[in-house]
Amino acid sequence: MMATLHPKLSEERSQTVVSSTKSVKLKIKRSNPNVNSEERFDDYVVPIEKWTTVLDALLDVKSHLDHSVGIRYSCRQASCGSCGMKINGKPALACFTKISELDSDTITVEPMDNFPVVRDLAVGFERMINNHKKVMPYVIRDDSEIDPESGMREFLQSPENVEKYIQFSSCIKCGLCNSACPTMAMDTTFVGPQALAQAYRYIADDRDKGKNKRLKVIDESHGIWRCHFAGSCSQVCPKGVDPAMGIQLLRGYLLGIRD
Amino acid sequence: MMVLRESIIMKIHYGTAIGALSLTVVHILMRLTQDFHESLAYENVIANYESVGYALLLELLLILISVHGFNGLRVILLEMNQGPTYEKAVTIGCLAAMAGLIAYGSRTIIMTSMGMV
Amino acid sequence: MERETGAREGLKGWLNPGKIGKFGIERLAWLLMRLTGLGLLAYFIGHIWETSHILDGKAVWDKSLEMTQTTEGHLFLALVIGMCVFHTGNGIRLMIAQMGYGIGKAERPDYPYKPQSINMKGKACIYATLGMAALAMWYGMAVMFA
Ligand code: HEM
Ligand code: SF4
Ligand code: FES
Repeated sequence: MMATLHPKLSEERSQTVVSSTKSVKLKIKRSNPNVNSEERFDDYVVPIEKWTTVLDALLDVKSHLDHSVGIRYSCRQASCGSCGMKINGKPALACFTKISELDSDTITVEPMDNFPVVRDLAVGFERMINNHKKVMPYVIRDDSEIDPESGMREFLQSPENVEKYIQFSSCIKCGLCNSACPTMAMDTTFVGPQALAQAYRYIADDRDKGKNKRLKVIDESHGIWRCHFAGSCSQVCPKGVDPAMGIQLLRGYLLGIRD
Repeated sequence: MMVLRESIIMKIHYGTAIGALSLTVVHILMRLTQDFHESLAYENVIANYESVGYALLLELLLILISVHGFNGLRVILLEMNQGPTYEKAVTIGCLAAMAGLIAYGSRTIIMTSMGMV
Repeated sequence: MERETGAREGLKGWLNPGKIGKFGIERLAWLLMRLTGLGLLAYFIGHIWETSHILDGKAVWDKSLEMTQTTEGHLFLALVIGMCVFHTGNGIRLMIAQMGYGIGKAERPDYPYKPQSINMKGKACIYATLGMAALAMWYGMAVMFA
C-alpha cells in the first residue's frame, strides 16, 4: 500500500527541495510483537541521489512520510553497529549500503533474521550481548594494570602480535553474522559467530592468560562445534572481521594442533 | 546431556571419517578385482566373509561408519531443536540406534564368517 | 547456554534455495553436506539390512540383489554414488579448513573487506567435488545400464 500523507506532512514535503529526479520504492516490513502478531509491508517512494544510503532513505520516510517507522541507528558511519537489517534479503548495515549499488528499483527492508523483533526494523540484542559476555571479552590476567608500588603501568603489546588479532577487534557487534548463520536459524542456544570470533580475538592476544577458561565455555554442546563453516557470517560482516576464519583458527586449540 | 566433551566427540567424528575413507577404498577395490556382478555372487560373498582379514575389515567399517553416521545425525538433531529432555532423548536415541545397528551388522558378519549359513 | 525463544527463521533458513544465491556456493556445500550425510546414513542402514539376507541362503540373497536391478534401482544407486563422492570430498575440504589451513591469515582489515576464509581455493574445491560426484554418477550409470 502507498501510505497516504498527513496534510501537515504533505505541506512539509512540498517545501522540501528535492534535487534528484530519481526515486526508489522502499518496502518496509512493519510489525509490533508487543501489541499483536500482525506483519505487513508498507511501501514508500523516496527520492535518491547517487550517495543516498538505505538509512538516509529510511530517515527520509520518517521525516516526511511516516514518523512511526521503528528503526535503530546512531553513528551513520558503520561504527556503532545499530542499524543492521535485511536489505533485499541479505543482512547489511543500512548506513553502509548505498541504494545506487543495489541496482534495483524496489528496496525491501526487513528486520534481521534470528533476532527477536522489538518493533518494525529494530531487533533485540540481549542474547547476543550475553553470549559476547560469556566468552569474557577482556584480557584476563592474575596481575593488574594498577601496580601498588609504581601506580599505573601498561601491559605492553608488540606491533607484530597486534597483527594477529587486530582483524577480530574490528567487530562492532552489529549482529549481521549471527543473522546470516544457518545454525543460528534453528539452534536457539548456539553461542554464535560474533561471540566465537571474540573468543579468538582474546585468546590470540598474548597478553591474555584466559585461554583455558574461554575454551571451556565454547567446548560444550551448543558451542563452537555447531559451526560447520558455511561461511555466511563472513559474507555479510561489514568490518572485515571474517568470523569464520576466527572460528576455524579457534578450533585448532581444541583439536590440539595449536597452543 | 553431555556424555563426552564435544571436542573429543569431534575428534572421533574426524577419525571415523578418515578411517572409514581408507577402509572403503579397500572395500571397493576388492569389488573391482573381479567383475562387479560376479563379485556379488552368493558363493564369492560367502568366501569373502570366511576370510578372517576381510571379515575384520567389514566389522571395523561397520563400527566406524555407524559411529560417524549416528553422531552426524545427533549433531543435526541437536541443531534443530533444544531443551533438556529433547537433547537427552537425542543422545540416548542415537547411541542406542548406533549400538543396535552395530549389533545387527555384527551378527551377519560373525555368523557368516563362522560358516553358520 | 540459556535458550532464546523468539524469532528464529527455522527450517526455511536451512532449505530455502534463495540462501544459496545470497550467501554463495559455500552455503550450498553446507546444505548438501547435511543432506548427503543423512542420505548415506539411510542407505547404510538399508545396506546392513540387505546384506543380512546372506544368512537366509542363496535364493533370498539373489532376490535381495534383484531389488536394485531395476531402472529405479540403478538410478538410486547412482544417487548413492554421487552422495558418497560429494560427502567424502567436501568432508576432506572441511577437515582441512576446520584445522585452520587454507583459510588465509589474520591481518589488518581494509575496505572493501573481502573475507579471506571465503576464497577461490575453497570454491574451486567445492566445484571440483561437485564435478567428481557428477562424473562418478555418470560412470556408475554407464556401468549399470550397460
Ligand atoms: C568415508 C568418507 C567420509 C568422510 C571423509 C566424512 C567426513 C565428514 C565430516 C568432516 C563431517 C563433519 C562436517 C561438518 O563439520 O560440518 C561429516 C558429517 C557427517 N557425516 Fe560424514 N564422512 C564420510 C562418510 C560418511 C558416511 C558413510 C555417512 C553415513 C553413514 C556419513 C554421515 C555423516 C553425517 C550424517 C554428518 C553430519 C552432517 C553435518 O553435520 O552437516 N558420513 N562427515
Ligand atoms: S563479526 Fe562482523 S558481522 Fe559479526 S557482529 Fe562483529 S562486525 Fe558485525
Ligand atoms: S548507524 Fe551506526 S552502524 Fe549504521
